Amino acid sequence: MSGTYHVLSYWDLVFASVFLLLNAVLSLALDLGLTRTLIISAIRMCVQLILVGLVLKAIFFSGSLLWTLVAAAVMSAFAGREIHARQNRRLKGVWGPGLGAGTMLLSAALVSAYALAALVRPVPVWEPQYALPLFGMVLGSTMTGVSLGLDTLHTALANGKPGVEAQLLLGRTRWQATRPFARQALRAGFTPIINSMAATGVVSMPGMMTGQILSGVDPQNAVKYQLLIMFLLGGATGLGVLGATFGSLWRLTDARHRLRLDRLGGGHS
Amino acid sequence: MLTIENLRTPLVGPISLTLEAGSCTAISGPSGAGKSLFLRAVADLDENSADISLEGANRDRFSAPAWRANVAYVPAESGWWGDRVEDHFQNILGQETRLAALGLTGAADWQVSRLSSGERQRLALLRALEHTPRVLLLDEPTAALDPDSVGRVEDLLKLEMNEGRAVLIVTHDPGQPQRLGGRRFTMAAGKLSPASTDQMVR
Repeated sequence: MSGTYHVLSYWDLVFASVFLLLNAVLSLALDLGLTRTLIISAIRMCVQLILVGLVLKAIFFSGSLLWTLVAAAVMSAFAGREIHARQNRRLKGVWGPGLGAGTMLLSAALVSAYALAALVRPVPVWEPQYALPLFGMVLGSTMTGVSLGLDTLHTALANGKPGVEAQLLLGRTRWQATRPFARQALRAGFTPIINSMAATGVVSMPGMMTGQILSGVDPQNAVKYQLLIMFLLGGATGLGVLGATFGSLWRLTDARHRLRLDRLGGGHS
Repeated sequence: MLTIENLRTPLVGPISLTLEAGSCTAISGPSGAGKSLFLRAVADLDENSADISLEGANRDRFSAPAWRANVAYVPAESGWWGDRVEDHFQNILGQETRLAALGLTGAADWQVSRLSSGERQRLALLRALEHTPRVLLLDEPTAALDPDSVGRVEDLLKLEMNEGRAVLIVTHDPGQPQRLGGRRFTMAAGKLSPASTDQMVR
């Protein structure tokens, strides 16, 4: 590290917000009706981030396994709720929130644990300064993939019932008959991570890499960290999307190869 | 050939019915009586409890796909999943005789989105026959057809019956059971009963 890290003051932040405020004023002048939402979400962001900063500082300071796990659990709960909310049609019963959150948590936890224990190897291994940001990034990417995959699958199945049943009636298995929809769901779930891998570094500078460079880390080392993270994100997202899609297909069909849309809730347009 | 005993779903039954090889059985009845639900249950497409056997072998001994290949249900509204007609057949080239018999020569290359409802109905029947089923469960197979096409479909069905297939047909056409030489049943409120003789005359 070269030690050129520039600490921001709260006044810096006030001055940084002038362009956002300018937008709010323009919206007011042009009667776009965006002022309220813009201001509210900006304030919400400030409160959330300042609180997160305080909480993270406290957890880093304590270095306790218990509080690290509690923080990870809270993050998972928010992500699970987000997956549930982003689906137009959801599985009925505990499967609705359970399947998406379960597959996301399983793959994100597996990949994060592997990365911490085998690759990054902080001491202790749950060192919150490494564990929480890593788990958070993996979780966020998996969340996006799983919710897109499930939403696509459920909408496609609800609209494609006659075609699926026609194939079942010709003696195809439930997996053969739903294959186009499984592919569609997997593609939807994989698209964001594939896009970000393709655009990384050329179109967009990844946030984590930018942060490390700003804090004085050698760009080559920052790139290595970013590549590590991208591999982990891709792996965890893939596992999560696969698990959620096939879990949901398994639930929406039965052992006698029937389509069971009675297990899928209604949607709204 | 096909023996159905005590078939029940939440809305239909109990129904018992035996179909002989090469025979035709016709069911009529008002909309909502459960005719389609009955056929779906026989094909095991909806949850049901029943003691059903095909040539002495119980349905439980078949995998569901094998059962449906043998006991083919053709719904009134057919479903399509590909862009072209040939995507829905294993090998449409082997079906040229039947296509010609139904007036559908050259249909292989047709776009599904441009099919008329009558064309869909006849093609859905043909793609089910491709799997050489033992039993055909047909839900209003000639509802959208002109009289000439109705005759062609009925001739094809007679041919299939001569090869030993059993046909169970839901129809609103009063003359159709007689033309196919079929027994008549009526369905009301989920129950099946033999049609009375005066209905037969009419």
